Amino acid sequence: MAEPRQQECAPAQAAFWRRPAFRAALFQTLLVLALCLVGYSLFTNTLNNLEQRGISTGFGFLSQEAGFGILQSLIDYNETHSYGRTFFVGLLNTLLVSALGIALATLIGFVMGVARLSGNWLVARIATVYIETFRNIPLLLQIMFWYFAVLQPLPRPKQSLSFGEAFFLNNRGFYIPGPVFEQGFWLVGVAFALAVVAVVILARWARRRQEATGRQFHTVFVSLGLLLGLPLLAFLVMGMPMSWEYPALKGFNFRGGMVIIPELAALLLALSIYTGAFIAEAVRSGILAVSHGQTEAAYALGLRPGVTLRLVIIPQALRVIIPQLTSQYLNLTKNSSLATAIGYPDLVAVFAGTTLNQTGQAVEVIAMTMAVYLTISLSISLFMNWYNKRKQLVER
Amino acid sequence: MMKRIHAVATAAVLFTAATTTAQAGATFDAVKSKGFVQCGVSTGLAGFSSADDKGNWTGLDVDICRAVAAAVFGDAEKVKYTPLTAKERFTALQSGEIDMLSRNTTWTLTRDTSLGLNFAGVNYYDGQGFLVAKNLGVKSAMELDGASFCIQAGTTTELNLADYFRANKLSYTPITFDKSDETVKAFEAGRCDALTSDQSQLYALRIQLKNPESAMVLPEVISKEPLGPVVAQGDDEWFNVVRWSLFAMLNAEELGINSGNVDAMMESKDPNVRRVLGLEGIKGSGLGLDDAWAANIIRGVGNYAEAFERNVGMGSPLKIARGQNALWNKGGLQYAPPIR
Repeated sequence: MAEPRQQECAPAQAAFWRRPAFRAALFQTLLVLALCLVGYSLFTNTLNNLEQRGISTGFGFLSQEAGFGILQSLIDYNETHSYGRTFFVGLLNTLLVSALGIALATLIGFVMGVARLSGNWLVARIATVYIETFRNIPLLLQIMFWYFAVLQPLPRPKQSLSFGEAFFLNNRGFYIPGPVFEQGFWLVGVAFALAVVAVVILARWARRRQEATGRQFHTVFVSLGLLLGLPLLAFLVMGMPMSWEYPALKGFNFRGGMVIIPELAALLLALSIYTGAFIAEAVRSGILAVSHGQTEAAYALGLRPGVTLRLVIIPQALRVIIPQLTSQYLNLTKNSSLATAIGYPDLVAVFAGTTLNQTGQAVEVIAMTMAVYLTISLSISLFMNWYNKRKQLVER
Repeated sequence: MMKRIHAVATAAVLFTAATTTAQAGATFDAVKSKGFVQCGVSTGLAGFSSADDKGNWTGLDVDICRAVAAAVFGDAEKVKYTPLTAKERFTALQSGEIDMLSRNTTWTLTRDTSLGLNFAGVNYYDGQGFLVAKNLGVKSAMELDGASFCIQAGTTTELNLADYFRANKLSYTPITFDKSDETVKAFEAGRCDALTSDQSQLYALRIQLKNPESAMVLPEVISKEPLGPVVAQGDDEWFNVVRWSLFAMLNAEELGINSGNVDAMMESKDPNVRRVLGLEGIKGSGLGLDDAWAANIIRGVGNYAEAFERNVGMGSPLKIARGQNALWNKGGLQYAPPIR
C-alpha cells in the first residue's frame, strides 16, 4: 500500500518535461525559432527571386546622382545631389508639415473644444458646426479643396497682392522678406539662449515663492520682456548685423526672400483643421469628465471662471485628453503622406515616389520609408506616454 | 485610391518576390491558360490609351495590347486593361499584376537593365517639349529661365528637365504630380508657367484644356523618348511574341497589307507577303503561335499606319504628322526586321 502513496507524491519529482515551467519555456523558444526561420526564409527568398528576375538589390543606389529637382527643400539640394539626399529632403519636408500641423491642430482643437462648451450660444454653435463639418469630410477631399478651390484662384505673379511692397501673395506662394545674417549675429543667438535659461530659473523661483508666501509674480510679462529685450539689446550692441532681402518680380516670378508654397499651405490647413476637429472633441470629453462639483468648489473659493478653467478643470481634463491626443498626433503625421495628391514634396512623394521609380528598388525604398514612419510614430508615442505619466493624477 | 493601388502593387512585389519562383515561359503559359492578356495602360491619355464612357479602351498603345491578343488568341478583344500612373507602372509589371506594359514608356538603359524589364521595341518615337500659355509671350524654351514647370512624377521628363536647365545654366522650379490630369489642372490654374512632357502628350493634353487655343507647344525638343511596350524579364518566348506583334504591324504597312485587303492579299504571289500571312516559311511555329498570327493582327487591329492615323494622326483630334514615325523608306525611323 505504500507504493501508490509514493506515486501520489510523484509531481515533486516528475520528469523535467512534465513541469509546467519547462513546457512553457520550451514552447516559447520553439515559437521564437519558428518565427526567426520564417523571417529568414522570406528574406533569402526575396533576395534570390529579385536576383533571378534581374532586379537590382542593395543600397548602392543611395549614393548615385539623383538628377531631378525638388520643389521645396530645407537643406541645400540640387539635381547633382544623391538619391540618399532626396531621402533627407523628403523626410524634413514631412517633419516640417507634421510639426507645424501638430502645433496648429492642438491650438485649434483646444480653442474649439472649449468653445463648444461655452455658455455663449453663438460661440458654442459655431464650434459645433466646425467640428461636425470638418470631422465628417474625407481628408483627401479637404486637401484638394484647399489647394484647388482656395489657393489656386489667387492672382498670377504679375498681378500679385502686395502688402507694403515687402510681402507678396500670388498663386505661386506667399513671398516674405528673408533675413540675411551678417557677422556678429551670433551674439543675438547667445542672448536669446541666456534669456531662455533666465526665464526657466525665474519661473521656478516664482512658483516656490508662491507656494511659500502665496504671493504671485508677473512671470509672463517679465519673461516676455527677457525673451525680447536681451536679444534686442545684443542686436543693437553689435550694430544691427542683419538685413532683409526683399522678394522682387524678376521674369516669371518673384526671387529672393522666402516663400511659403501653396502646396504646404493647403496641406497644413487641411491637416490641422481636420485633426483639430477631432482634438476639439477629445478636449470636450476631457472637460466633461471632470465632475461639475470641482467647478462649483472653485467658484465657492472665489476663483474667476477663466482661472477655474486654467487651474482646476484643464489639469484634470488633461488626464483624459492626452491619450486621445497621442493618437490624433500619430494620425496627423501619417496622414501627411496624402501630400502626394497635390504635389507637396514629402517623403512619400519624393523618396517612395520619384526615387523609387527612377531606381526601381521598391523593396529597399519602401522598407526605408516604412521604417521612417514607424520611428516617427513611436517617438511621438513615447513622448506622449511620458507626458501622460507626468500629468496623471497624483493621489495625496 | 491611387496611393492604395500603389501600396497594393508594392506589397504584391514584396509578397510575390518572397513566395514564388520565376520560371521561364511562365508568363506566356499563364496568358494562354487564362485566355486573355492583362495589359498595363495609362490612366487616360488621348490617342495613346484612353477609355470612353462605356469603358472601351482605344489608342496607339492599346492597339499594341490588342495586336498581342490577336496574335495569341486570334481575337483582338481578349485584353483586360489595368490603368496605371507613371509611378506604379514598373511595380505592376515586376509583380506580375500585368503581363505587359504599353503605356508611353521611354526606353532607357536603367529601366532595361536594373528593373528586371525588357523593352520589346519602339511604337512611337517621341521627344520632350514644353506647353506654354500664348499670352506669356515666350517663343523658345531658352526664355523660360526661372519659370515653374508642372511635371508628372516618376518619368524621364523629370530628369530631362533638370539636365536641360543645368546644361543651359538656367533656373527652374519643378512641381510634380502623380497623374497627367493633375498637371493639366495645375497648369490651367496658373500654378506653373509651362507644362513639360513628351511632345505627343502635350498635343493630347492641350486638347483637354478648356480653351486649347490659349496654349501652344514650343518648337524645342530637348530629349530622345523612344516609347514602347515592356515585358518582365524571365520569359523570352513572351518577349518574342510582344516584340514580333509590333514588328508584324510595321511589316504589314511596308508591304501594303491592311485590314481592308488582308483577305485579298492571301492570293498574293509576293513571297514576302505570303510569309507575313503565314502561308510560307517559318509561319507561327517559332513563336509558338498559330500560323495566321500576323494575319489575325492585321485583321483585328490593322497595320501600323492604320493604328497611327486612327489614334494620333490626321484621322484623330491630335493631328500629329508621321514625322520620325514614318517608315524607314519614307524618311522616318520605324524599321522592323523582316519576317522570314
